[in-house]
Amino acid sequence: MPTNILMPALSPTMEKGNLAKWLKKEGDTVRSGDIIAEIETDKATMEVEAADEGTLGKILVPEGTQDVAVNTPIAVILGDGENASAIKAPAVAPAAAKPAKPEQSEEVTESQPKVEEPKAVKTPKPAAAQSEPAEDPDVPAGTEMVTMTVREALRDAMAEEMRRDKDVFVMGEEVAEYQGAYKVTQGLLQEFGDRRVIDTPITEHGFAGLGVGAGLAGLKPVVEFMTFNFAMQAMDQIINSAAKTLYMSGGQMGCSIVFRGPNGAAARVAAQHSQDYSSWYSHIPGIKVIAPYTAADAKGLLKAAIRDPNPVIFLENEILYGHSFPVPKLDDYVLPIGKAKIARPGRDVTIVSWSMGMSYALKAAEELAKEGIEAEVIDLRTLRPMDTETIVASVQKTGRCVTVEEGWQQSGVGAEIAARVMEHAFDYLDAPVARVSGKDVPMPYAANLEKLALPSVADVVEAAKAVSYR
Amino acid sequence: MADAAVKDATATPITASQVPEFTKAQDIGAYRDMLTIRRFEEKAGQMYGMGLIGGFCHLYIGQEAVVVGMQMALKPGDQVITGYRDHGHMLACGMDPKGVMAELTGRSHGYSRGKGGSMHMFSVEKGFYGGHGIVAAQVPLGTGLAFANRYRGNDNVSITYFGDGAANQGQVYESFNMAELWKLPVIYVIENNRYAMGTASTRSSAETNLSRRGLSFKIPGEQVDGMDVRAVKAAGDKAVAWCRAGKGPYILEMLTYRYRGHSMSDPAKYRTREEVDEIRQHHDPIDMARHRIIEKKWASEDEVKKIDTEVRDRINAATEFATNDPEPDLSELFTDVYR
Repeated sequence: MPTNILMPALSPTMEKGNLAKWLKKEGDTVRSGDIIAEIETDKATMEVEAADEGTLGKILVPEGTQDVAVNTPIAVILGDGENASAIKAPAVAPAAAKPAKPEQSEEVTESQPKVEEPKAVKTPKPAAAQSEPAEDPDVPAGTEMVTMTVREALRDAMAEEMRRDKDVFVMGEEVAEYQGAYKVTQGLLQEFGDRRVIDTPITEHGFAGLGVGAGLAGLKPVVEFMTFNFAMQAMDQIINSAAKTLYMSGGQMGCSIVFRGPNGAAARVAAQHSQDYSSWYSHIPGIKVIAPYTAADAKGLLKAAIRDPNPVIFLENEILYGHSFPVPKLDDYVLPIGKAKIARPGRDVTIVSWSMGMSYALKAAEELAKEGIEAEVIDLRTLRPMDTETIVASVQKTGRCVTVEEGWQQSGVGAEIAARVMEHAFDYLDAPVARVSGKDVPMPYAANLEKLALPSVADVVEAAKAVSYR
Repeated sequence: MADAAVKDATATPITASQVPEFTKAQDIGAYRDMLTIRRFEEKAGQMYGMGLIGGFCHLYIGQEAVVVGMQMALKPGDQVITGYRDHGHMLACGMDPKGVMAELTGRSHGYSRGKGGSMHMFSVEKGFYGGHGIVAAQVPLGTGLAFANRYRGNDNVSITYFGDGAANQGQVYESFNMAELWKLPVIYVIENNRYAMGTASTRSSAETNLSRRGLSFKIPGEQVDGMDVRAVKAAGDKAVAWCRAGKGPYILEMLTYRYRGHSMSDPAKYRTREEVDEIRQHHDPIDMARHRIIEKKWASEDEVKKIDTEVRDRINAATEFATNDPEPDLSELFTDVYR
C-alpha cells in the first residue's frame, strides 16, 4: 500500500513550515534514512529523512510551497510492485490540515481530560501528606534515662543500624581513620571495618552520586558531608538523581539514602561555612528533611532516616554536637518522621523552631514566663513532611505565632510556616505571624557582627511580646 | 599486558585485521538487534514529527553497533546506565519496544507510566538503571552500581555509558579516581560521536583521544571502532574480563557517529552533508553486517528481507500500541513521590 510522507514537526512549537527543496524526484528509489527534502522553519532549515523504503511515487507539495501545515502529506512512497496509479492523491490543502499535536486538539475525551481544568480534576492530596505521622512511641515508666551528647547519640544510631542491617554503610571525608571531622563516627571503623566505614577523597559531587548509585542498587548508604556547605557541590546528585528518580521511573526504582552532617552557623567561620540549608532542601518533593535539637531526637530520628526507603537529608548542628540531653535507654528507640513535638506547653503564644533555633526559643520562653507570658514551644524536628497539624492546633489555642530560624527570611521555612498558619488558622490569629531569622547578609567574621547576624534570645522575646501586644 | 596498558595509558587496541569473526548466529542476531534500534528510532523521529512524542527526543541512529556489541559481552546481573540518548540501550538490554515507545508518547503503559519520557526510563528486571538527563550525572551513579557489586562480593559489572561531551565534566574524573582507588568493576564506555551537541570534540577537548582520559588515574583505556559490532564485542569481552577479575575499571572509547542532529530540533549545520554521507555509505554498522551475512551465504537476500519485515512489524506493533495506549490517569500526578 502506498505510504504518505507527512510534513514533520521539527520542534515542540512548530505548526507549519516551507518546503524549501526536494532532493529526490518522482521515480527515484528511496531508502530508509535518505534525505529527501529540506524544510524551512522560522528557526532553521532542516532535512527530512525517509522512514520508509520504496519508490518516490508522487510529490504532492512542490518545492517553494510556503506555510505547509504539520502532518500534511507531502509525498507518496510506493512499495514493491506498486505504481503511481495506486495513489489516490489527497488534495494539497495546508490550511485545512488538522493539527496533530494533542495540546492543540480541541477534542478531549472523557478519559483524558485537560489538566488545565481544575474543576474536572479531583486533586488527591500530595503524597507527603497522605500518611498520618504516628505518635512518639511510649517510653515505659521507669525507663532509665542516660545523659549523652548529640554526637554520641548520632554515633549510637548509626552503629545500631549497621548492626541491624548489613546493607547500611557510612561514607564521607575523614569518617573512618580520622574518626570523623567532628568525631561523630568515632569508633565505627574499629567495629565495622573499612568495607563499611569508608574514607572518600574530597569529592562531594562524586561520592554523593556514587552513594545514590549504590542506593539505586539496593544498598543503604549514610553519606556524611563534612558540613552541608560543601554539599552545594553535590546538589545536582541530591536533587536530580536522589529526589526525582522514584517519580521519573513511575515508582519502579528509588533510593534509600541518608545525607547527614552539620548545617548552619558554627562559630566564627565566616560566610562560606555558615549557611543554613533548611529551606533549600525542604523545598524539594521526593526527599525528607530532618533537623533535630535534642540527643534523643537525634538518635530516634537518625535510626528512622536510615530505615526510610526514601532519600533523607539529616541536618545536624556543630554547636549542638557537644550538648547533653537525657536519652531513653531502650534497645531500639525509633521516632516517627514528620511529627513535631511540644517541647514546652503554654497558652499565650506559639513559638515554632527546630535544631539550634530551639535553644533560643526555649530560653526566650523562660524569660517570657518571668513576665507572665506562657509560650508554647514547638520543636518541628522534621521540616518535610511538615507537621502542620501540631502547629495549627497550637495556634488555635494561643492565637499568636513566632517562628525562629537561623536561615534567611526570604523564602525561608518561617515564611512557609506563616503561610500555613494563615491558610489553616487565619480566623484564630490575634496578630500577624512574626519571623525571627538570620539577618539578610552573608555571615560576617567579626565576633560582634556575627552575633548580630544570628537570631538571639532577645529577638525572640521581643517578637513574642510584639505579637502579644505587650 | 595490564602493566603495559597502564604504562602508556592506552591498552593495545584491536586492529581491523584482528577483529574476530562472528558466528552465523552472532552476525544474524547482531544484525537483527541493530536493525531493531534503527527502525525504532526512525519511527520515533516520525512520531515526533506527528506530534505524538513531545519535548526532547535524542535519536541513536548510527551508533547501534556500540550497545549491541557491548550487550553481547554481558551476562544477566550486569548493570547498564547511560545519559539521555538512551533508546538504543534500553532495546539492547531487552526492554520491550512497546513499553519504550509508550513512554515516548507519554502513555500509561510506558516504562515509567508516562512520567519520565524519552530521557528517563528504567528496568530493574533488565538491569537498566536509566536514562539520566543531566550530562555526566550517570557516571558517579554507574560507579555507585559498581560499588554495590563490590560491596556484595558478586562478579557483576556496571557498564556506564557517556558521550564525548560528558567526558569534559568534572564528576567524571571524581568517579574515575574512586573507581580505580577502590578497584570497582565498572566499564566506562565513552561513545565518541564527534559532537557534543553542536561542538566538535576538537573544539571542546584539549585531549581528543578520550581513551587516555584515565591516564592519571591508572585506568587502562583503548579506542574501538564503534561502527563494527564485532570490534565492540571483542573489546567488551576484554574489558568485562578485566573487571570480573577484580582489576578495577576500564575505559572503552567507541569511535562512532550519530547521523541525526543532537535532538529533533537540531538542523546539524555544524557539519557537512558529505561527512555524514561518507559514514553512512562506507561505515554503516547495519549495512556492513548485512553484507557479511550475504557474502558468507549465511542467509539469502530473501531471508534477510524476511528479518527486515519481522523487525518492521515489531516496531509497527510498538507504534500502534503507543498511539492507542491511554494517557496516565490524573491520579498518577501525586503517586511515586515517596514510597
